[in-house]
Amino acid sequence: MAILQVTDVNKNFGGLRALHEVNLDVEEGAVHAIIGPNGAGKSTLLNCFVGLLTPDTGSVMFNNTSLLGIKPHEINQAGVVRVFQTPQIFEDLTLLENVMIPAFAKSDGAFRINAWQRMRQRTEIRDEAEHILEDVGLIDQRDVICSSLSRGDKRRLELGMCLIQHPKLLLLDEPTAGMSRADTNSTIDLLKKIGERGITKIVIEHDMHVVFSLATRISVLAQGTIIAEGKPDDIKGNPKVQEAYLGGAEI
Amino acid sequence: MSKKDLSVEYSTILIFALAILTMPIWLSPIGAGYPDLLQKFVIYGIFAVGFNILFGLTGYLSFGHAAFLGIGSYATVWSFKLLGMNVIPAVIFSIILAGSFAALIGYITLRRSGIYFSILTLAFAQMCYNLAYSVLTPITNGETGLRVLKTDPRIFDHLFGRGQVDGPLLTDLFGIHMTGYPGFYFCAILLIITYYIAMRIKRSPFGMMLKAIKSNQTRMNYTGFNTRPYLQTAFIISGMYAGLAGSLLAITDPLAGAERMQWTASGEVVLMTILGGVGTSLGPVLGAGLIKYFENIFSSYNDNTLHAALSFMPDWLNDVLTIIISPFVGSGWHLTLGALFMIIIIFLPGGIMEGMGRIIQIFKPNKPGGSTKTASQG
Ligand SMILES: Nc1ncnc2c1ncn2[C@@H]1O[C@H](COP(=O)(O)OP(=O)(O)OP(=O)(O)O)[C@@H](O)[C@H]1O
Ligand SMILES: [Mg+2]
Repeated sequence: MAILQVTDVNKNFGGLRALHEVNLDVEEGAVHAIIGPNGAGKSTLLNCFVGLLTPDTGSVMFNNTSLLGIKPHEINQAGVVRVFQTPQIFEDLTLLENVMIPAFAKSDGAFRINAWQRMRQRTEIRDEAEHILEDVGLIDQRDVICSSLSRGDKRRLELGMCLIQHPKLLLLDEPTAGMSRADTNSTIDLLKKIGERGITKIVIEHDMHVVFSLATRISVLAQGTIIAEGKPDDIKGNPKVQEAYLGGAEI
Repeated sequence: MSKKDLSVEYSTILIFALAILTMPIWLSPIGAGYPDLLQKFVIYGIFAVGFNILFGLTGYLSFGHAAFLGIGSYATVWSFKLLGMNVIPAVIFSIILAGSFAALIGYITLRRSGIYFSILTLAFAQMCYNLAYSVLTPITNGETGLRVLKTDPRIFDHLFGRGQVDGPLLTDLFGIHMTGYPGFYFCAILLIITYYIAMRIKRSPFGMMLKAIKSNQTRMNYTGFNTRPYLQTAFIISGMYAGLAGSLLAITDPLAGAERMQWTASGEVVLMTILGGVGTSLGPVLGAGLIKYFENIFSSYNDNTLHAALSFMPDWLNDVLTIIISPFVGSGWHLTLGALFMIIIIFLPGGIMEGMGRIIQIFKPNKPGGSTKTASQG
């Protein structure tokens, strides 16, 4: 069953056709990679899922309910969680706080005055946050203010912030950009590990090593249209894809 | 919260309480050890501590908090007029009324953020000021200001046989008059309590959410938080603090005038908070004290007293200096305030608290951790 169903989505920015008749079915438990050249519309597509943009036409269904026209925080509450292309973290807070805050969203996102319960929750959440920081390899810096982190570390932190929410669908916009090879590999391992927990993922990535280590399915986007979709092996040999990537020696 | 955090918290508040309660002693060498001024220190301290809950934690800069100060004062005087001179109902009534107004104003202004929010709050406060000054004269007594009269109902006073008073009407807490030192201690205890509450708010998960909103509201939304109710709550709480401060102003001097709501008063609390250190717990109290202290010193001078103060100099120098300095004192003391403020913003954007932090750094230069910034609990 498709957990996310995108049907005939169009999005124009003035005269620019950013998305054109995009159809996408993401199966539950899949790691669905979206690849394509710069400016293909990949981030724009994700923006349409989390309420940052509204498509001009078309529908986006998550577990058979529409994600269009509802607020970003409601989309998150429904279980769709996103890592941004430019890391969005709480720069003035510590790493630990950064990871703890998302953990409160389930109970307090809509704001309930329930201070007593939260006090009790707090120790549990702190433990869990420390666990997550260990997973993403940042536990040593738990009390550091985030603005001093490197870009790669910010990315891993943001991933941790998303993981603590136990999302149903995790959207990753270039999760390894700006990371060293070693960090990239540990991120791949981490993503594989959470794959075992059954989180469905959509991954946008330029690094084909990452794509082919993770993806169970790949869609190729070029100039706003899906030009190919299939299993990784099928995509590898697809001449249209090679062409879109201008020679595509990488693939 | 761990045991250690708690004990740090208790000792902090204990030291704070001691410092506040002994103010009459340690402030007298600098000529500030008399109740009228001390009352101002702690009352504006409460105002600034509350303002800091909104501005310091969420980053939303309100330019209209004086409206709540004024509402608190009017509510208190009305409580005196109708119910009697006991301060307890007056305080409660003021906090509730200011909180309700804050709920309404916050509901409207928090639809916008940044500069638009600031302007909306400013507009609201100026509306309140103008209403108090003109249209609402039956309630506010307009230009003259609202005061308690012997002919007022004062129901409970009459009920308990204290209706007839010789001499001026004095506010009281079960028989203790709230003037002079008792008045100061009443305000001081309220400052200690409200300071503690603010500290707890800052360290609670709720406070953490507010700081997160300041840091990155977009992330907060995409993390599943509806930020509006958080902001609304912070706004109401800080409005209640302002209402309490306004109430105490009227308790120590039972007169409420519209000028208390003017934008200069709103600006003053912004200055206090920034001067002390935005977002720190102690900063706003220090800022409030410092501004009120300087206001007291500088505004008391006029040309003659200045001339007298500089009389140890040669006559010609005395004359020249008097001419140069006089625009900065007396009613022109805001000029001094402006200059002071500019110096702080340029050289110490984190306010006094940052300055003290730097001094501490000088004395222990080899802190472990080196160049990495770590969180500090201000
Ligand atoms: N808010 C916007 N307003 C106008 N144009 C936009 C907006 N967002 C994106 N675009 C344009 O839409 C096109 C697709 O952009 P998008 O960011 O989705 O590309 P992408 O596939 O994510 O590229 P990259 O790999 O560089 O991240 C680009 O030409 C971009 O300039
Ligand atoms: Mg992109």
